[in-house]
Amino acid sequence: MSNLHLEGIGDYKYGFYDKGLDYKVDTGAGLSKAVIEQISAIKKEPKWMRQIRLDALQVFESKSMPNWGADLSGIDFDKIHYYKTATSKKYKSWDDVPEKIKQTYERIGVPEAERKFLAGVEAQYDSEVVYGAIKKSLTKQGVIFCDTDTALREYPEMVREYFGSIIPAADNKFSALNTAAWSGGSFIYIPKNVTVKLPLQAYFRINAPNVGQFERTLIIADEGSHVHYVEGCTAPVHSSSALHSAVVEIVVKKGARVRYTTIQNWSSDVYNLVTKRMRIDEDGIGEWIDGNIGSKVTMKYPSCYLMGKGARGEILSIAYAGAGQHQDAGGKIIHAAPNTTSKITSKSISKAGGRSTYRGLLQVQPGAIKSKSKVVCDALILDQFSRSDTYPTMQIEEQDTQVEHEATVSKIGEEQLFYLMSRGLSQVDAEAMIINGFIEPFVKELPLEYAVEFNRLIRLEMEGSVG
Amino acid sequence: MLNLQNIKVDIEKKTVVNGVSLTIKPGEVHAIMGPNGSGKSSLAKSILSHPDYLLSGKITLDKTDITSLEVNAKAQKGLFLAFQHPIAVPGVSVANFLRAVNENKVVGKKSPGNRGAHLRSVATFMRELQQKAKTLGIKEEFLSRGLNEGFSGGERKKLEMLQLLALEPKYAVIDEIDTGLDVDALRLVAKGIKNAVKEYKTGVLIITHYQRILGYIKPDYVHIMVKGKIVESGDAKLAHKIEKGGYKSYE
Repeated sequence: MSNLHLEGIGDYKYGFYDKGLDYKVDTGAGLSKAVIEQISAIKKEPKWMRQIRLDALQVFESKSMPNWGADLSGIDFDKIHYYKTATSKKYKSWDDVPEKIKQTYERIGVPEAERKFLAGVEAQYDSEVVYGAIKKSLTKQGVIFCDTDTALREYPEMVREYFGSIIPAADNKFSALNTAAWSGGSFIYIPKNVTVKLPLQAYFRINAPNVGQFERTLIIADEGSHVHYVEGCTAPVHSSSALHSAVVEIVVKKGARVRYTTIQNWSSDVYNLVTKRMRIDEDGIGEWIDGNIGSKVTMKYPSCYLMGKGARGEILSIAYAGAGQHQDAGGKIIHAAPNTTSKITSKSISKAGGRSTYRGLLQVQPGAIKSKSKVVCDALILDQFSRSDTYPTMQIEEQDTQVEHEATVSKIGEEQLFYLMSRGLSQVDAEAMIINGFIEPFVKELPLEYAVEFNRLIRLEMEGSVG
Repeated sequence: MLNLQNIKVDIEKKTVVNGVSLTIKPGEVHAIMGPNGSGKSSLAKSILSHPDYLLSGKITLDKTDITSLEVNAKAQKGLFLAFQHPIAVPGVSVANFLRAVNENKVVGKKSPGNRGAHLRSVATFMRELQQKAKTLGIKEEFLSRGLNEGFSGGERKKLEMLQLLALEPKYAVIDEIDTGLDVDALRLVAKGIKNAVKEYKTGVLIITHYQRILGYIKPDYVHIMVKGKIVESGDAKLAHKIEKGGYKSYE
């Protein structure tokens, strides 16, 4: 641990960063045509990808900042480093990974995770994937699981076919930024009728001050296939603002099923502005399980486009907003075909002046007959300094449809506390128990190790100022 | 010995209990009977330091003054309240809750002066819990449901009894346990109380409007409470008198 310095800022458990690493490539602060060309050249990309990037840069520059949602005025695009690598090599085996990087991973918990549940590891250290392993059985089944840069080199036709097909660069300012500056991310292809039994997992980490992380994830689940992808994030604490702006595109073909689980625990200076979207074909099932604990500002609305009849989309999200944090999260469901069903369950906890916002869109297009949707928003506000808002938008353009919406806002009740404490529990334990109960519908959907970690993170957050 | 001395309870500046004194010994069953609004339930909650009630007087448990302790400290000392309206805590399973309560109790028992108390492992506790659930006609899947979440009235009361048996308290206040119960549920609930008295020598204070439950548990003492005061004390026969004549003669 000689080179690993604990910064010890605040209570943030993962608030350390590794000072000993050399950054091999750094495009410097700021974004320009030259920077984009440099990124593309370093990666030895085909011309068409470079052109996609350059076109996207123009879109990014032409679009103004969103005038709704959270306050983004703290982002200075000229101070962000858009491409930086910690190492120029990649490692297939854990033994080959440099000790310093390993120590960082150990603090996050990658090795334990691997031992227990991993079907394949692909961890992102800043902008470049340094370590990737995939179980042989998956390879045999024809499953592709690699970083998106590798995919571009090895499966260029597939990347070209799907890249930007679900989320075009022009979708919003930050999808344009990602399309211009993207690096890393996961690429997954599951062949027809293949079921991947264990969840595929990736860990992400921002390690240097002012590094924007623009990973690009593309998942294609071919007909009748089934996959669960899990992504967990932690980031060290730095004083200047970091920007995380990912794009995740998922194609769920006929009868396929994809679940995408994220737990994000960015440190409290990160702007987390992510565009996530799934296209779900006939009888397919797409699920977003999305947990947001950290960051300064999160704006994230995972969406499901139900394009084929009988398609099902589900979004289950939880947000925790503590001091100085604004979690502006929610979900979007578009019913574009008959007999489609959807459910959005959004839970939020606000504490110590934190602000959580549910922002949702439910659209039922004409002809999407017999569609059913249910939206449930539950907000828990823990003190009088905190805030929760709900902005549910519904556009129902088809009569023959069934839509339910429930919203509750609650505080921890005195009667609940008295009841639990009457069995001998302390107030802190009783409050933690009520909160754990509140998030339980989310936690029970997580793989075991994540459930444990998530409960622990919430508990750490709670202990700060309870009592 | 649980000793209540001259207990007064105020709620929003109104006196609802006005000088109640009682002594309950281990294994004794006391019943407080009274009409609606007599202050019975206020007494029950205030004994456990419910924040809505202002309590004065003195409560001692085995000669220790516990009057002003917080509810969890009182519970740690061995005092239990079975609620008239147990509240739901969604997402917290009955088993996880009771396991946490048990672990907490074990930690509590490690304190000096309590060394004699026996400690249970989680496995032993859970095995015993399942046996206790069985005696109350509680099915195993019940333990994995959310605490009182979507429970019927009868299920809630049975869960209170299961908690009573799981915690093995020295003294238990049982508040209006019999309201809304059918005969079968009432019999099981009464069985729970009797088991606690027999197995753990729990001293019990049953608070009730009707004498229904007293048909299943014979109290050693019956106290009639009217307008915040105990107006008559006697043995089980007093309950029969109330059954016939009601509370009119006391008003």
